[in-house]
Amino acid sequence: MQEIVIKTNKLTKKFGKFIAANEITFDVYAGEIFGFLGANGAGKTTAMRMLCGLSTPTSGTANIAGFNIYKETEKIKKNIGYMSQKFSLYEDLTTLENIKFFGGIYGLSNKQIKDKSDELIELLGLAKEAKKLVGTLPLGWKQKLAFSVAIIHEPKIVFLDEPTGGVDPVTRRQFWDLIYSASDKGITVFVTTHYMDEAEYCNRISMMVDGEMKALDTPTNLKQQYSAASMDDVFFELARGAKRKAD
Amino acid sequence: MNQFFTFVRKEFYHVFRDGKTMLMLFGMPIAQILLFGFALTNEVKNTKIVICDYANDISSQQIINKIEISNNFEIQKIILSHKQIEDAFKEGNIKIVIVFPANFINDLLQFNTAQIQIIADASDPNTATTLTNYVSSIIAIYQQGLIKNTTIPYQIIPEIRMMYNPELKGVTNFVPGVMALVLMLVCVLMTSVSIVREKERGTMEVLLVSPFNPFLVIISKAVPYFLLSLVNLSVILLLSVLLLEMPLNGSILLLYVESSILILTALSLGLLISNVTDSQQSAMLISLMGMLLPTMIFTGFMFPIENMPLPLQIISNVVPSRWYYIIVKSIMIKGLGFGAIWKETLILSGMTVFLLVVSFKKFKIRLE
Amino acid sequence: MVTISNITKTYNKRTTLAVDDISFTVNEGELFGLIGPDGAGKTSIFRMLTTLLLPDKGTAFVNGFDIVKDYRSIRNCVGYMPGKFSLYQDLTVEENLNFFATVFDTTIKENYDLVKDIYIQIEPFKTRRAGKLSGGMKQKLALCCALIHKPTVLFLDEPTTGVDAVSRKEFWEMLKRLKQQGITILVSTPYMDEAMLCERIALIQTGKILSINTPEIITRQYPENIYAVKSNSMSKLLYNLRESELIDSCNTFGEFHHITFKNDNEFSQSTLLEFLRLNNHQSIVLKPIQPTIEDCFIRLMNK
Repeated sequence: MQEIVIKTNKLTKKFGKFIAANEITFDVYAGEIFGFLGANGAGKTTAMRMLCGLSTPTSGTANIAGFNIYKETEKIKKNIGYMSQKFSLYEDLTTLENIKFFGGIYGLSNKQIKDKSDELIELLGLAKEAKKLVGTLPLGWKQKLAFSVAIIHEPKIVFLDEPTGGVDPVTRRQFWDLIYSASDKGITVFVTTHYMDEAEYCNRISMMVDGEMKALDTPTNLKQQYSAASMDDVFFELARGAKRKAD
Repeated sequence: MNQFFTFVRKEFYHVFRDGKTMLMLFGMPIAQILLFGFALTNEVKNTKIVICDYANDISSQQIINKIEISNNFEIQKIILSHKQIEDAFKEGNIKIVIVFPANFINDLLQFNTAQIQIIADASDPNTATTLTNYVSSIIAIYQQGLIKNTTIPYQIIPEIRMMYNPELKGVTNFVPGVMALVLMLVCVLMTSVSIVREKERGTMEVLLVSPFNPFLVIISKAVPYFLLSLVNLSVILLLSVLLLEMPLNGSILLLYVESSILILTALSLGLLISNVTDSQQSAMLISLMGMLLPTMIFTGFMFPIENMPLPLQIISNVVPSRWYYIIVKSIMIKGLGFGAIWKETLILSGMTVFLLVVSFKKFKIRLE
Repeated sequence: MVTISNITKTYNKRTTLAVDDISFTVNEGELFGLIGPDGAGKTSIFRMLTTLLLPDKGTAFVNGFDIVKDYRSIRNCVGYMPGKFSLYQDLTVEENLNFFATVFDTTIKENYDLVKDIYIQIEPFKTRRAGKLSGGMKQKLALCCALIHKPTVLFLDEPTTGVDAVSRKEFWEMLKRLKQQGITILVSTPYMDEAMLCERIALIQTGKILSINTPEIITRQYPENIYAVKSNSMSKLLYNLRESELIDSCNTFGEFHHITFKNDNEFSQSTLLEFLRLNNHQSIVLKPIQPTIEDCFIRLMNK
């Protein structure tokens, strides 16, 4: 039996009459790369915010890294990492300063921070850029650095919100190498993306349509189930039925 | 022309649909005028007064009686030495002291003129003015009574001394100051923020890549805020005249014309700020920092400019609200016409033209 | 229709090179794509062509007008949709459209034919504030606004970024219909798969053009044969392929890894299969495929 790190049961979020997320029930296993797909407005962001402990569900239950989503949000935050396309690092701090800052935030000791900084800079090949402002780095490097910083405290789960948007094809693949190595270390990766080829790299994929989780399986099974040639087609098949277009 | 009106209408939509803008535009001026106004115009009743009567004659007694029966004052005690005045103030109970010199009635009858010293605690300047005004008017009434009975023009000269804050400013001085402050702040802030918002949201890009003349963008931006500022001015005027009993002795039309000049100055300043900033926050910060402090300090309604060191006095000359302040005081309080304020108007207009030209020149028809 | 010659653009007092000596032309009625990641210089090129930025060096003409001298003429005849959603969020759909129509000195009625296809899709929401629309709907509204004055050249800067796959597809179908009406369209995108939908494309990276041609020719010009490989254990397969002496390049592509051989022959293929079997891979698939634009881009980037 695999260890379950995210377990939700009928998780629901309403904004007034609008049901942003409707009775979502799913499990995510330790070390898994879990793809979270859906059209714009399908409720991905809402769901992800609840799982990160940033917003309280209207009803339903969930356990993240073993902690209750209602009562133990502070503990949840200590055990997860988060990286989004928009905010990742402080552009006006250097690479090294960013690493030290986030290490400090997550309560690493000075020695741990020192070791981690050396390790990361070595791993990402940023020796020359260590003292440069992050703002001057190319986007791809920033994203790789942001990811490494998001898992600096070796969390149980890392949430990635469209981490590779706009990144060049080579760096995009290097980014996925980082995701794989994090997964090998046992970190669960929860990732959203608009690139359908990246959906194929996930162990399992979930599809949100109109606030509901319409599909959840491995890419191979999903393709079989919808007799589709690629994940693109699966996505279309599912998203075409969406009613919530303008919201 | 149609383009222009559509643009102006759009600006009004922005204003009316944003609660924060509305609050800033109308809430702030009202709050300021009420705060400044009411904090300064509470009527004073039953103030403890000390009288130092060296004269102790009929005349001084009559005046003391008049003070006693007025409900503004309550005589604490009558003392006989100057030295006790300081002590009386330090005890903190009294706000005002009246000193009758020896030979008061003799001076009055022989030389037709006598002096009374009024010493007020001006650490609360508003109260001090009110109190001295009360005393002065009581003396004036007494004096009139004297004149009625004789042909000799007796004259009592109250010599007023303000303790602790000799350059006392009163309510009539604050309202014009607040008017200048509010108009400057609101106009500069609103224009700069609304233009920078278009930059921030990327709509400026689309507007620039359109046949719409970039300068028309500026003018269409300025018109709504100009009109709203006039509305604002009217609200402030109504409040100050009706609630704060601020006099309005001069021409209202002239007041609006002069205010329009200040509004234009502020609008062009806002435009200049929007040229050098890229985010709404920094536009707001620069507007607040750049406008609030100089306007407060150099307008003259909080700190008298005559008392400043020379360099600061020179700096104050470039602050537009300083001139506007003089103009408003002249129109509202003194009831003077254009003839008395043409110099200030000229200076203010010069500044406006200069700022407008600079801001038009500086306006970017591209993104950099 | 659009001619760019040796355009260079730098920022921060010439310390940051955004566009590096680029030249290309776009023909009348063409659907031309600038394909490249963020920071490649796409937006800078668009902003120079729409007269929002001045180039450091070089010249460019849009519809026969110089981008520096004749900026007013260009602004009259082009439609521009910036990368960031750039409509008034606090105005309704209808108010936005009316506003932009008036700014361009026209009315919705006058050019209704052109925007009809798109407009009927957003019409049900016309009283809704633009800020409350979904990503796809916002893009449609922005496109409507950019088209309202019947421009001769349309500049679309990353119109599909952050938009989901379904809306992206719809958007491209709209562009095709616009092209049929004779509008020249320049579009930029970071999504390589969208390149095939353009007539001609320029692959662009760090301010330089890597390649410029029709997508078919670009893919045909790929010098090596490319193969797709798959097995039951994809991450291990990637590791094994990278370690193999036979392989020249190996990249992940969805459910397959794309590889090229150092020496492309029967022998290499059979040796590789043998090597993979030895490493306990099962249900191995190895098949020759047509390279995609992304394959070409990666190859050009690594060169």
